[in-house]
Amino acid sequence: MTMADTATFSPSRRFVIAAFGIGAAGLAVGCTVGGSEATGPVTLTQLGDYVRVGSDNTITVYLRHIEFGQGVSTGLTTIVAEEIDADWSQMRFEHSPADNAKYGNPAFGGMMGTGGSTAIFSSWQQLRAAGASAREMLRQAAAAKFGVDASEVLMVKGKATAGGKSATYGELAVEAAKLTPPKAEALTYKEASAYEFIGKERDPAKGFGRLDTPDKVHAKAQYALDYHPDGTLTALLARSPKFGGKVASVDDAAAKAVKGVTDVVQISNGVAVVATDFWAAKKGRDALKITWDDSAAEKRSSDAMFADYKKVLAKPGQEARKEGAGAAALKGAGEVITADFEFPYLVHAPMEPLNCVVEYKPGTSATIHSGSQMPTGDQAAACAVLGLTPDQVTIVTMLAGGSFGRRATPDADLVSEAAQIAKALDGKAPVKLMWTREDDIRSGKYRPMNVHRMTARINKGAIEAWSDRTAIQSIMEGTPFLPPGTPDFSSIEGSNDIPYDIPNISVDVHLVKNPVSVLWWRSVGHTHTAYAKEHFFDVAARKAGKDPVELRRALLAKHPRQLAVLNLAVEKAGPVPAGKTRGVAVHHSFSSYVAEVADVTLNADGSFHVDRVVCAVDCGIVINPDIVRSQMEGGIGYGLSAILGEQVTLKDGAPVQTNFYDYAPLRMSQMPKVEVFIVPSTEPPTGVGEPGVPPVGPAVANALLAATGKTYAKLPLGAKA
Amino acid sequence: MKLTINGKDQEYTGEEDRPLLWYLREDLKMTGTKFGCGVAACGACTVLVDGQPTRACVTPAASLEGKKITTIEGLDTPAGQAVQKAWAELDVVQCGWCQSGQMLAATALLTATPKPSEQQITDGMTSNICRCATYHRIRGAVARASEIMG
Repeated sequence: MTMADTATFSPSRRFVIAAFGIGAAGLAVGCTVGGSEATGPVTLTQLGDYVRVGSDNTITVYLRHIEFGQGVSTGLTTIVAEEIDADWSQMRFEHSPADNAKYGNPAFGGMMGTGGSTAIFSSWQQLRAAGASAREMLRQAAAAKFGVDASEVLMVKGKATAGGKSATYGELAVEAAKLTPPKAEALTYKEASAYEFIGKERDPAKGFGRLDTPDKVHAKAQYALDYHPDGTLTALLARSPKFGGKVASVDDAAAKAVKGVTDVVQISNGVAVVATDFWAAKKGRDALKITWDDSAAEKRSSDAMFADYKKVLAKPGQEARKEGAGAAALKGAGEVITADFEFPYLVHAPMEPLNCVVEYKPGTSATIHSGSQMPTGDQAAACAVLGLTPDQVTIVTMLAGGSFGRRATPDADLVSEAAQIAKALDGKAPVKLMWTREDDIRSGKYRPMNVHRMTARINKGAIEAWSDRTAIQSIMEGTPFLPPGTPDFSSIEGSNDIPYDIPNISVDVHLVKNPVSVLWWRSVGHTHTAYAKEHFFDVAARKAGKDPVELRRALLAKHPRQLAVLNLAVEKAGPVPAGKTRGVAVHHSFSSYVAEVADVTLNADGSFHVDRVVCAVDCGIVINPDIVRSQMEGGIGYGLSAILGEQVTLKDGAPVQTNFYDYAPLRMSQMPKVEVFIVPSTEPPTGVGEPGVPPVGPAVANALLAATGKTYAKLPLGAKA
Repeated sequence: MKLTINGKDQEYTGEEDRPLLWYLREDLKMTGTKFGCGVAACGACTVLVDGQPTRACVTPAASLEGKKITTIEGLDTPAGQAVQKAWAELDVVQCGWCQSGQMLAATALLTATPKPSEQQITDGMTSNICRCATYHRIRGAVARASEIMG
């Protein structure tokens, strides 16, 4: 059942592309490829765009989403396996080619892309249909073969049986492919009560688990950085130390003198040193002498930038939500409380640093191996640089060692830089552009720094008015995802939909501009909006003399799914353990609902440790409960990492942090015990990759607030409360 | 210069300061050992040198003459096998990039301490970063591997 098992039979990626090309009519196509002597050739047959059945009885599901740890290779495959009536041991996965027409993401306006926790949500009905359609084609083929009516054919665990005869799907696929696929309205789906895979628990004894586990445990999984054809040259790019700087002049004599360095080329974004191997490229880059033109560069330090952001907050911004009298209601009886919440720049820092390999034949073709999160965008960027057309540029999407948003770049920075280098070398060898960890930490595409000015008026034990005003750089402006005139939802999501029944609410935003590049970072706007909303809610509730959980319950009556996860998490957490302090937060993001309860030990010296997080999640129908749990566990770790210790600060416009010793991700010693509870649901499935992240920060801050009475408005929290 | 990698002799003729990581990945095409930080801060490149967890990204290949080097591709000791089995059983992996290093670190831990306490597991594993934060399952898998070893 492993990917490794298929390796012998797997066609080359180019072959797969070719097979898709032949199958463009929408019908299936049979292709024969070489197999081992023992097994003979294997015939691979397309049954629609998403399903391929091999004569070896394997069923491969094409992923239009990249697998970078979130589990789509199992989740999406599970949906097909269920409706096609497979045996789990048959199931395989493969990334689809770059093709918006077949593999576009409806949640991205039809462009291919992985993000926004949309994979299961956007594929659920489509892959059910793909599986059901293939199953009916196989059933028809079996009926013809057995000489019986299709209604007599039973489809069970990858076999068709009727009247004492049976055939495997692999034996039926070629004939099935000749049939016309059933119309969408004629498809029938399993009742949930009959599910074999959907919603079922991992079962190692039966081999039912993540499909990417065996190869990852045995180091057979192939990532872009592992792709290294003979003769590959490695390139490292020297980028401007300050955001917005340009190359003024280069002295590359010392770099070229390094043994192994073959070329030094200037491209739009800096100076690339190309060498026979990484070590030579690194020594070469270290030896470059570049003078930078900083006339258009950011030159401020973080403190000055925060001060500038706060100046902007003195005036009203673009309105994002108004209830009752809005901000005007901040004036009135009772007490007004306010706090400025400061959030720093954050780096995604996936464990596999960015890289891709470009094999370029001038005027003819290019093949790009990359952990591509937006394959058709990357393809378009390569076409623009290399003067090729999309049919000449093959994007081979590899497994990626994490992303957290970093590999989804509307400007395709990685592929664009690599293609420019390949072009400068005129295709003389495959070129692997690598980012060191320092490049990763210091080169931007950060979660934007921002300030939330939170204000509330408390009167007679109630929050009578609430205001949340943000100053932030826009992530979406200038991308295809934000049509002109549309509010920048990525800056206000989680603020403007505050669910609490407060009579007067005002949410507004100032979009500020500076040369630092920013990008969506796992859970995007919710990384800061949830913290500001949920922590300030506790501050306000306590000021009103109310228990924060009880007040949430009272104000969430119109939001039953938020209320349900809140109640479940609180119930499962049980009484507060002796000597610990507790905080709770609940948040809705990416169409899912998550509540988290944090139990924290606070020591006399102010140091603290998050010991346990209890999480309740409602993500609609659950495809794979263990992957839901793993995404909550990981999301909690990722969110906690950010609020405890992550930040990029600028000094005179240049990042201060350089690597994992000063940009410090969470380590095992800081990881709490995590318990995850899933709300049973019959609602359509929604995302789990991101929604686990937002609540943990405010839950921890609320725990500290409960013990100290302080507001924790400056992030990261650091070592002491 | 002769290096012994997973029990097999290799002749190293490269630069004196070139880290073992790049010799493994680029020359020997043994890509199971991963690049994460280049400064011995994350543990993605962990290999065993005479059984001791060692950061291949900062260890010159030329410094390892006469030493026994074990990578994920050669993890065939009882502890190593138990670790891989436990990792699979618990579906520890997410993106997977750091997991070779995690499993090598766990193997070294369990070889020295076959029945580790919770604190010993944390102490033995905390220098390996997992950005997917699979720590919760790594803890469980180290304990499970200890059980499998008997």
